[in-house]
Amino acid sequence: MQFRSHTLENGLEIVAECNDAAHSLGVGFFVRTGARDETDEISGVSHFLEHMVFKGTPRRSADDVNREFDELGAHYNAFTTEESTVYYAAVLPESQQASVDLLVDIMRPSLREEDFLMEKKVILEEIQMYADQPPFGMDDKIKQLHYGDHPLARSVLGTLETVRALSVDQMHAYFESRYSPNNLFIAAAGRVDFEALVDQVAGLCGDWQRQPVGRELPPPTGHSTFQSVHRSTATQQYLLQLADAPASEDEDRYAAKLLATMLGDDSGSRMYWALVDPGLVESASLGHYEYQGAGMFFTWVSCPPEAAQANFQRIVQLQQQAEAEGFQAEELQQAQSKVKARVVLGSERPRNRLFNVGGNWLQRGEYRSVADDLAAVEAVTLEDVQRVLTQYPLTRNTMVTIGPLCEWAQPA
Amino acid sequence: MVLVGEPVEEVQSAAMTFLAPCGASADPTSRLGLSSLLCDMVLRGAGPRDGRALINDLEILGVERGESVGISQTSFSAATVASNLNEALNIYADILRRPHLPEDQLEAGKQVCRQEIRGVDDEPAQRLMVELRRRAYPEPWGRPSQGTLAGISDSTLSDLRKHWSHTYRPNGAILGVAGNFQWERLVEQVESLFADWQSVETASIAESPPAASDPHVPHDSNQCHIGIAFPSVPYRHPDYLRAWAAVGILSGGMSSRLFTEVRERRGLCYTVNASLHTQLDRACVLCYAGTTAERAQETLDVTFAELVRLGQGVEQAELDRLKARIKSGLIMQQESTAARSGAIARDWRHLGRIRTLDELGRLVDELTSGDINEFLEAHPPSNFTFATLGPQPLELPRAVS
Repeated sequence: MQFRSHTLENGLEIVAECNDAAHSLGVGFFVRTGARDETDEISGVSHFLEHMVFKGTPRRSADDVNREFDELGAHYNAFTTEESTVYYAAVLPESQQASVDLLVDIMRPSLREEDFLMEKKVILEEIQMYADQPPFGMDDKIKQLHYGDHPLARSVLGTLETVRALSVDQMHAYFESRYSPNNLFIAAAGRVDFEALVDQVAGLCGDWQRQPVGRELPPPTGHSTFQSVHRSTATQQYLLQLADAPASEDEDRYAAKLLATMLGDDSGSRMYWALVDPGLVESASLGHYEYQGAGMFFTWVSCPPEAAQANFQRIVQLQQQAEAEGFQAEELQQAQSKVKARVVLGSERPRNRLFNVGGNWLQRGEYRSVADDLAAVEAVTLEDVQRVLTQYPLTRNTMVTIGPLCEWAQPA
Repeated sequence: MVLVGEPVEEVQSAAMTFLAPCGASADPTSRLGLSSLLCDMVLRGAGPRDGRALINDLEILGVERGESVGISQTSFSAATVASNLNEALNIYADILRRPHLPEDQLEAGKQVCRQEIRGVDDEPAQRLMVELRRRAYPEPWGRPSQGTLAGISDSTLSDLRKHWSHTYRPNGAILGVAGNFQWERLVEQVESLFADWQSVETASIAESPPAASDPHVPHDSNQCHIGIAFPSVPYRHPDYLRAWAAVGILSGGMSSRLFTEVRERRGLCYTVNASLHTQLDRACVLCYAGTTAERAQETLDVTFAELVRLGQGVEQAELDRLKARIKSGLIMQQESTAARSGAIARDWRHLGRIRTLDELGRLVDELTSGDINEFLEAHPPSNFTFATLGPQPLELPRAVS
C-alpha cells in the first residue's frame, strides 16, 4: 500500500493509494463544488450539471458515453453533495487507461441545449420522487431553519421552480467558474498504475486553463428552532434534529463519530436500547456529518404518531443524561471495536478506499491510511467525547417533525 | 446442515452467511409474519447471554451483522476481522439452537414487526413491489415477509416455539463462510457446534393461485409507481444464464434498453429497472418505473413495448457489453468476503454445489447472442402481471386486459 501524488502545472492534482494486491481499481474526479457554491437563482445547478456531464462531449454523444462505460465493464456513477461533486468508476486494471480517457473527456461536457431540456425532465422527476418519500422534503427544510442564510442551508436538488427556470447558459457559466483544474482533482485506489495515470492525465488535461476560484466560508450560526408540518397521508411520524458538530478540519471529528455511535448507532447504542429494541420506534439514529467549517449531528426518528411526543421526551432525556453524566468506559470500548471493524471491512474494496482517499484529500488535503484511521479511533478518550458534548450540546438543536399529527406541544 | 467455505488468504476479514429454512411461505395463514417475528425474537437472548449481552458481545467482536427474512429462508449474515470469526460463530450457534424466546420480550418483538409493516406504507416504491409480487406469484410465494398486523398480533409464544422447532433445523440449513480462515479448524468447530442438531420432518407447502385483485392501488402522491412482472426460469434451470443475460440487456448498465428508451431518450423517469427475481422452483422478471402522474401512461406504454421487443431478440454488441460488466463484477465480488459468503451459501441452496468464479466466468464467456435468442424465441416475455400505485389508474396494454 503506497500513497503517491503529483500536481500538473495548471494546478490539477493526482492522488492515489496503490495496492498491488488488489484485483481492481477505483478512479474518479472530485470537484470542489456543490450546493453551497450556488446562488438562489441557480439552486440545483451542481446536481443538474452532474447529470449533464454524462450527456456527451465534442468527441462523444450521450449514447457513446453510456455505451463505452458499459463496454469497459465499469461500475460507475456520480453524486453531488453540499460541497462536492464526484464522478467515479470501478474497473479492472486492464481498463485503467480507457476509463481515465472517458472520465477526463466527460469533465469537459458539451452541455447541448437539446440534452439539457431532456435531462431537465429527469431531474424534475427525481425531485418529485424524493418529495413522495420520507422525510418528505424535511431534510432540506431543517437545514434552512438551522443555517438561515448560510450557504450550507442550500438544497442539493434545488426546487421544481429553480430547476424549471434554469437556462443552459447559466449552467455553462457555472461550469466555467467551478470545473477549473485547480478546483478539482483525480483520486485513485487499488491496483493503480500511477506513472501511466500521471502521463495520461498530463497529456489530456495539461492545457485546461486555470481560473480564479474559491469558496466563501462564512462562519455558520446555528439556530435553534422548531417546526411541525402536518401530512395527513403519512402513516408514521418523522422527527429530525440538527445540531452543530465538529467540522471536517476539527481533530474532534473522531470523538464526534464515537459519540454518535455510542448514543445513536442503529444497533447496540443507547437510543437503540431505549427506543428500537422495545419497539417504540421504527428507527432511531444519530449520525455525524462533516463539512468545511461546519459539522452536523443529525438525529432521525420514525415512529407511530401517537407515540411521537413520548419518544421525543425519551430522546431529550438521553441527550441530557449524556451531557450531564457522559459515557462509560465499556461503551466507548464497544463503539471503538465496532468502528474499527467497519474501517477494516470497508477497506477491502478499492472503490471504498477511493472515497476515503478522495474524501480526505477533498476536505483536508491529506492522505490517511487505514492504520491512521484505526489509530485515531483508538486514541479517543471519554474526556474527548465529553469535550465535544460540552462544546456542541445535542440539546441545542433545530427540530422538525412531519406526519399525521396536527398539533405538537411545543417543546420547553 | 451443510458447511461451504472459501478460504482467502490475502484478506483480513472473514464473513459468514447462515441460511435457516424459515421463510414467510412457512407462516400459517392465520399468523402471517411469524417468521419475521421469530427472527427478531431469537436475538433477544440465547445460550448463556440475555439479549443485551448477546448484541453487545457481537459488537465487541466487531461483527457487522444483518438478518433478513425471505420467502423460504431467514438469512443471518455476519462479517468481522478474521481473528474473531470463531467466537462469533459460537454466538450464532446459540442464536439458532438455544434462543430463549423470552416471554417478557414478546410484546417488544411484536412492536418492532408492526413498525416495519407501517414503515412500508410510507415508501410508495416498496409498497408497489409488494403488491406486484403478491399478484405475480401463486400463494404463498408472493407474500411479503413482514406479514400483517393481525398475523403479528395473533402470534403467541407457543406459536413461536413451535415454528422455531420446525424451521430452525439442520435439514435445509446452510452455512457459508468466506475469508481468512483455516478450513480444518472451521470444520472441527462447526462439527462440535452443530453435529448433534436433530433433523425435523417437514411438510410440503400447498400452493394456490394468487387472489384476483384490481391492479391499481390508490395512493396520494406526486408520482405514479408502475410494476410489470412476467414469469422466467429459476437459478437452477439450465436456461437460467440465458434468461439472466436477457434481463441484463434490458436493464443493467446505462446503455441498457430500459434506461436508454425510457429515461435517456424520453426523460420519462428517474428510476426504471428490471431484475430476475429467483426462488427455488419459480422465478419472475420484476420491472419498476416511477414517474409523475401525467406521464405515467406514456411510461407504462414505452416500458411495456421494451419488454415485448425483448422477445424479438438481442444483438451481439449488447451481449458483449453485458459480458464485460459481468466479468468485472465477478472479479470485484472476490474483494468482499461478505458478498462471497452469501453467494456460496445461495449457490449450494439452488444448485447443491458451488460454482466457482472461474466456472461462472467460463459459462458467461461461452454465452452467445444466438443462445439468448433461442431462449427468447421459446420463452418470449408474456403472461404479464401489472400493478400500479398512485393518484389514478392507468390503461393497461390491450393484449393482456
